[in-house]
Amino acid sequence: MQPAELSAVEIVAAIRQGDMTAVQCTEAFLDRMARLDGSINAFLKIDREGALATAAAIDARRKAGKPLGPLAGLPVAVKDALCTRDLPTTCASKMLAGFRPPYDADTVARLRAADAVIVGKTNMDEFAMGGSNENSAFGPVKNPWDLARAPGGSSGGSAACVAADMAPVAIGSDTGGSIRQPAGLCGITGLKPTYGRVSRRGLVAFASSLDQIGPMARSAADCALVLETIAGHDPLDSTSLTADVPRYTDLLEQPLTGLKIGRVPEHYAEGLDPEVRKGVDEAFAVFEAAGATIHDIELPHAKYGVPTYYLIAPCEASSNLARYDGAHYGHRAEPGRGHRAESAKGDQAGGESQQFDSPLVEMYCRSRGEGFGQEVKRRIMLGTYALSAGYYDAYYAKALKVRRLIRQDYLDAFEKVDLIGGPVSATPAFKLGEKTGDPLAMYLVDLYTVATNLAGVGGISFPCGFTKGGLPVGFQLQGPALAEPLLLRATDRFQRLTDWHLRRPKQIA
Amino acid sequence: MTKPAAPTSEPYTTVIGLEVHVQLQTKTKLFCGCSTAFGAPPNTQVCPVCLGLPGSLPVMNREAFALAIKAALALNCRIASFTKWDRKNYFYPDLPKGYQISQFDLPFSSDGWLEVVDPKGAFSRKVGIIRVHLEEDAGKSMHDEAAGTADTRIDLNRAGTPLCEIVSQPDLRSPQEARAWLNELKLLLVYLGVSDCNMQEGSLRVDANVNLHIPRPDGSVAKTPIVEIKNMNSFRSVERALTYEAARQYDEWQATGAELGKTPKQTRGWDDPAGVTRAQRHKEESSDYRYFPDPDLVPVTVSEQQIAAVKASMGEPPTVLRTSLAGTWKISAYDADVLVNQGRELVAYFEDVATRVGEGKVASNWLQQDVLRTLNERGETIDAFPIRPEALADLIGRVQKGDFDTSRGREIFAEVLASGRTVDDVVASLGIAAVGDDELIALCRELLAANPKIVADVQGGKEQAAAGLIGQAKKKNPNVNPAKVRQTCVDLIKAMD
Repeated sequence: MQPAELSAVEIVAAIRQGDMTAVQCTEAFLDRMARLDGSINAFLKIDREGALATAAAIDARRKAGKPLGPLAGLPVAVKDALCTRDLPTTCASKMLAGFRPPYDADTVARLRAADAVIVGKTNMDEFAMGGSNENSAFGPVKNPWDLARAPGGSSGGSAACVAADMAPVAIGSDTGGSIRQPAGLCGITGLKPTYGRVSRRGLVAFASSLDQIGPMARSAADCALVLETIAGHDPLDSTSLTADVPRYTDLLEQPLTGLKIGRVPEHYAEGLDPEVRKGVDEAFAVFEAAGATIHDIELPHAKYGVPTYYLIAPCEASSNLARYDGAHYGHRAEPGRGHRAESAKGDQAGGESQQFDSPLVEMYCRSRGEGFGQEVKRRIMLGTYALSAGYYDAYYAKALKVRRLIRQDYLDAFEKVDLIGGPVSATPAFKLGEKTGDPLAMYLVDLYTVATNLAGVGGISFPCGFTKGGLPVGFQLQGPALAEPLLLRATDRFQRLTDWHLRRPKQIA
Repeated sequence: MTKPAAPTSEPYTTVIGLEVHVQLQTKTKLFCGCSTAFGAPPNTQVCPVCLGLPGSLPVMNREAFALAIKAALALNCRIASFTKWDRKNYFYPDLPKGYQISQFDLPFSSDGWLEVVDPKGAFSRKVGIIRVHLEEDAGKSMHDEAAGTADTRIDLNRAGTPLCEIVSQPDLRSPQEARAWLNELKLLLVYLGVSDCNMQEGSLRVDANVNLHIPRPDGSVAKTPIVEIKNMNSFRSVERALTYEAARQYDEWQATGAELGKTPKQTRGWDDPAGVTRAQRHKEESSDYRYFPDPDLVPVTVSEQQIAAVKASMGEPPTVLRTSLAGTWKISAYDADVLVNQGRELVAYFEDVATRVGEGKVASNWLQQDVLRTLNERGETIDAFPIRPEALADLIGRVQKGDFDTSRGREIFAEVLASGRTVDDVVASLGIAAVGDDELIALCRELLAANPKIVADVQGGKEQAAAGLIGQAKKKNPNVNPAKVRQTCVDLIKAMD
């Protein structure tokens, strides 16, 4: 039995039935990581020792006839934005290099309680800011379908490790598309649940009102399995939802007859790659064949999604990232060289001398100057500016108003249709370095995904075809609040009728 | 109601508004479960939330919110049905998240007032309250300048402690009024169990805004620039700082003519030993806090039922208690004020004594003259006072019965206090016994026989001459009641006629 060829559902069943031990399974994936990750760079930390110890303990418990959790023995890779007690948590930033949180994120705690095996921490855009994974302080992740291309981001490591079968399941986080877009570019399935469905506690905050943790796996069925474990109310996250968690895996069977899927004509505007369009059109046809009907709908304010997102997210980020000041943990600049110091060369206008108010202010400025990467600094600047006296009303307050309009668009749309379908990104995976010189072009990779977060609803992305060049094309479904069962069911049905999600990248096989 | 302070010699009116921060008396912090107890070793009452570790999230402490509502209701504020949390962003090492969770444009309460009445009738002042909001406290920076290292150490035990900020209207008109108002505010909050208001421990902090209104000969009024005074560590410092600042502003106005609106608000720090306010650097006062709603917390809605429940648990505030105490025990408003101002425990002690004695006035006198003086001398509070109400009532009762006089009673009081023994023991050990009527008459006869001049004087109409016998009587028997000696002697002399 080759674990890397099994789905998460199959792995859990095989271990429970004794067809495979947790150690065998974990070792198989660890071996793949050892073999492949040198060229992909999906992991910032591989915890071979810890994973094998956990797996061995699970096997011993199984042997002793003791009860096992629902994910017993399932290897799970966790995005490095989630705190893990025994593993470094860096958010792919120099600022947090070496930081070991004294606690587990709620999601990590739930995974451990379910007897999943945490195999490592995945690479990402620094502080989840980016759409290509090129903003990692520890080097970009390569797309397993073409190592010269980006995997998308910010959960690029999570997407790439699943695409390369280095883990059957990974945890990602999605603030403006960070699960769905890399899932689409890497040919896997990624679910961004409704805001608040999964606790944010222990997820290093980027934009608190938008951040949401979700599963990334080969299939909807595997996502459903993991979501059952990580979803649920957390009394220690005030924004977590109290609604009961359904058994998602039990709700996949129902047919799609009568399902109404909305299509937004605006999603077919200029800039949509023809091969992506073809894949998306074919996906709609599959859904029609499965009994669904397709309806053109409008999301009139969707076009303001990106500018709205790029105000709200940086505003919250500018405040969320203020805690990284070098005083209490994380990177701290070497003791000051006096009140007058040279600014860090390279990054900013070099050479100019800078006046600091005090050694303390100098420590702050230099620690942050050294610890944060370019994109993080850019967003801190954007957010700080937009929240400043005199600009707040014009930027942040206005963005909140537009956000309400976008949310209303979705509410109106879901009066007419059950789900909204469309492309997840306008193009397939782009080349590494292709967009790094143009931040605005990079921001547009979130074009089809940010509105989901602004509206607080759920979305799922999955492969719906391939380009002639062999790159996956992603399809996105968005649903109303707490419609995860429907998103998963529709995707599962699609995956029963197609085999796009079963394709493996040849390059790294 | 509002009555100005007695006219002063100053050629201006001092206009004062106060900003008071009080720590709420909760067991745990505002957004996490850490203890708020004062005095623990540094950084031992902390967790990922109040340390601001990555990924940590705040959860509102409902008890703290209820306590804040209690404070606001006592200050006659309107309670908002919808309120939210905002982030106030600034960098400081004792603020681990880089922002403070506070309330900006929608505080949970606003538009209240608190009146202060000078018991001696010098002034009464109803001071408007603009708003009361809830926020988390920062940690403490301890500047350790020992050994020339000038290290700053950070203690985050206090970080996240619930803090109410109370902002008054600029309704106060003298430093004395400001101090009296602060006393009243403190009394109220302590009565309600909202805060211990201990300034030494930092659970009450005051900043003052002050300027002058100076009438000009043409009838117009010149207003000096508003100055915010910080670093005042006691109500006395508040009064002193305001007095100093008013005089300074007047001098400055005479020298420069600077008026409100033409210069930005200045912040000055009070230097207590030097007795002066000093300008703080401009940098320290100008800030853009970039307030915005905290996305980690949900807005709070407050129902009428919640407000009613808090109201029901409030107990009598000092103003009501003063009136009821004066009425119930037939003591003067002044006496009631003195007792109530000592706090709820002392009032309970007084009522216990008064009930046992069956009279308020005498109990009030004993409390004010003897108990309070002792407490002040010892720097103690009533709950630590060794003479319990039943013992004091017993002593007062014996004096009232005439077993011994008040000054003898005071000696017993002092001895009970010093020795820790019971009143009975002390009475016995001092050989104090009630003097019977026969014994007294015999003693007086003896005195009259030995003092014919006094007898003659009394017979001649100078009754007060009998007082001359009291000293001699006390020498012979220290337990005699002077008033009784005098009266008995007079009666005996009159009987001789």
